[in-house]
Amino acid sequence: MAGALNAAMADALAADDRVLVFGEDVGPLGGVFRVTDGLSERFGERRVFDTPLAESGIVGTAIGMAMNGLRPVVEMQFDAFAYPAFEQITSHLAKMRNRTQGKVELPVVIRIPYGGGIGGVEHHCDSSEAYYTHTAGLRVVTPGTPADAYHLLRDAIDSPDPVIFLEPKRRYWAKGEVAFDRTATPMDRAVVRRTGKDVTLIAYGPMVTTAMETAEAAIEEGWDVEVVDLRSLSPFDDETVAASVRKTGRAVVVHEASGFCGYGAEVAARLTERCFHHLHAPILRVTGLDIPYPAPKLEEHHLPSVDRILDTMARLQWDDVPFENEVRGA
Amino acid sequence: MTLTSLPLRHLLPSETPIGLLDADGRLIDGSELTMPGDEVLLDLHRRMVVGRRFDTQATALTKQGRLAVYPSSRGQEACEVGAVVALDAQDWLFPTYRDSVALVTRGVDPVQTLTLLQGGWHLGYDPYELRVAPQCTPLATNTLHAVGVAHAARYKGEDSVALVLLGDGATSEGDTHEALNFAGVWQTPTVFLVQNNGYAISVPMSKQNAAPSLAHKGIGYGIPSLLIDGNDPAAVYSAVRQAVETARAGGGPTLIEAVTYRIEAHTNADDASRYRDSDEVAAWLGRDPLDRLEAYLTGRGLLDDARREAVAAEAEAFAASVRKGMNADVVSTVVRPQSLFDHVYAERTAALREQAAMLEAELAGEEA
Repeated sequence: MAGALNAAMADALAADDRVLVFGEDVGPLGGVFRVTDGLSERFGERRVFDTPLAESGIVGTAIGMAMNGLRPVVEMQFDAFAYPAFEQITSHLAKMRNRTQGKVELPVVIRIPYGGGIGGVEHHCDSSEAYYTHTAGLRVVTPGTPADAYHLLRDAIDSPDPVIFLEPKRRYWAKGEVAFDRTATPMDRAVVRRTGKDVTLIAYGPMVTTAMETAEAAIEEGWDVEVVDLRSLSPFDDETVAASVRKTGRAVVVHEASGFCGYGAEVAARLTERCFHHLHAPILRVTGLDIPYPAPKLEEHHLPSVDRILDTMARLQWDDVPFENEVRGA
Repeated sequence: MTLTSLPLRHLLPSETPIGLLDADGRLIDGSELTMPGDEVLLDLHRRMVVGRRFDTQATALTKQGRLAVYPSSRGQEACEVGAVVALDAQDWLFPTYRDSVALVTRGVDPVQTLTLLQGGWHLGYDPYELRVAPQCTPLATNTLHAVGVAHAARYKGEDSVALVLLGDGATSEGDTHEALNFAGVWQTPTVFLVQNNGYAISVPMSKQNAAPSLAHKGIGYGIPSLLIDGNDPAAVYSAVRQAVETARAGGGPTLIEAVTYRIEAHTNADDASRYRDSDEVAAWLGRDPLDRLEAYLTGRGLLDDARREAVAAEAEAFAASVRKGMNADVVSTVVRPQSLFDHVYAERTAALREQAAMLEAELAGEEA
């Protein structure tokens, strides 16, 4: 996946002089995850460069550059390191089009490696998607596969709207086929990764792989699981997701971030509004615990696992399992 | 290893604010600033008179309920006008909410200037038309935008410079420091003009800053800095013009602290008597930037009664046009409800199309 992201930036830099890649350590080092490896060497330090260590500065100057005709692609290095830039993102990046009645467009991409599962220390493993999806004016996307990493990033760079591009860092080393023909699914559509008839697992980013593994494991339980990869968290593709849930009648939303006021709550509410008469069971969520991201040796208890998702699916009012009015996994 | 390639004296501001005209409008001998030509001084005078009249008119409009709020810049006309006149057409201006006089001096339509404060749209003008960025309400965030615009200008091979206005309170914000650091490292063509008017709403300089001056904050970023008399229009013009020319020639950023005073309260909603006494205000009224320039120009024989009357008439006509524009049709600036969905994204999302339909139905119901 890291290679696909690198190829997406290289192709975008080659295609358009207005594209710039900058941030902390993205130059000669190639980024702490090597996602920008070789880009400054190939395109020069005018196009790909290191900035001072200052996230608000990176986003704030990117806003100015975009105002003046450029297309910055910036890196926040780690999820929680983006918080110093929160004001620039929410008050200016998201709103400039609206504040100026469409006169100023900000085609800025903010790449944020996010999520846990890599044994990182504190402030390196947050899933901060709800902050950004709650902010009108931003697009928020996250790839679950290497192919999507390439195409979503190319689409994000081409987008006239600012895009928060969440990179599931535990999947950086995932392998997969990438077709570079640019005829992939549009950026704001969800895709069905696996078809099934009994229950829909709704996942995104790092949890797509976990959901696919769960679907395989569920075969033993006799459940035929459909997996939907959201890809775009904002805007949300109601059509694709609701069609799947109407078909299966059951749904579980999975994400790493804490559940309370989390992104899964929005998904569950939207689907309840749209699919109520098709549901055989309440829509359930499997999420991270409602705690600050834990120390590396405890993170396995916090993050959704295949077992926890299977346990939750068992509560979906199957014919032989009475529903106990619990909405969360064990 | 030496600490810096630049000699410290090149970065250091003076110990006291420098100027060209003293409080009585007399020429100061031996100033390191360059006295502007007579045409520039007369232009500054005319625009300051118009700017002050605009400011009093806008203040009056708040009392009539035409404006929701107005932050007056009365007393700061030397900064507002001097800095803008020092720019060329290709340069960018990044104003704050208090810089409406700077906007009208730049040529922005006065009614469009007041749209934000009127409660209509957030912004009434096209930022690209006169290269005036949206007025910044959160403090100091515009400093970074100015650095970005300046960097992009150089990237594209344009010779434009970005002037960013900020106040004393904004120098305490993190973004100011990040912007100065980025501008210093990247050597962007950016000019930072701090209008130090003594108070951040009610908090005085003594509680805002421990450095010898706000201009001293440039040193740590390797940015040459100037401390000037912000009530001296000739000094503000000269300092900003010099900084703009340096930036345009590739000489990098400059920080200018202009010491001035806000004669009115923070906004019409503020009671300034709770944090400063009338003696202090009276002392600053004696240092009025407009009186100072008038005294100098009159003494030089450049300003006579006829010209003074002509300028006053121009200011009155301008104020009348503001009144007329604001009274004419407030409804036209309060936009159609459906436009709520127009500029959130480049195209309406499915969810916004749904909400637009809901609003449409609600509006139809109201009319029925």
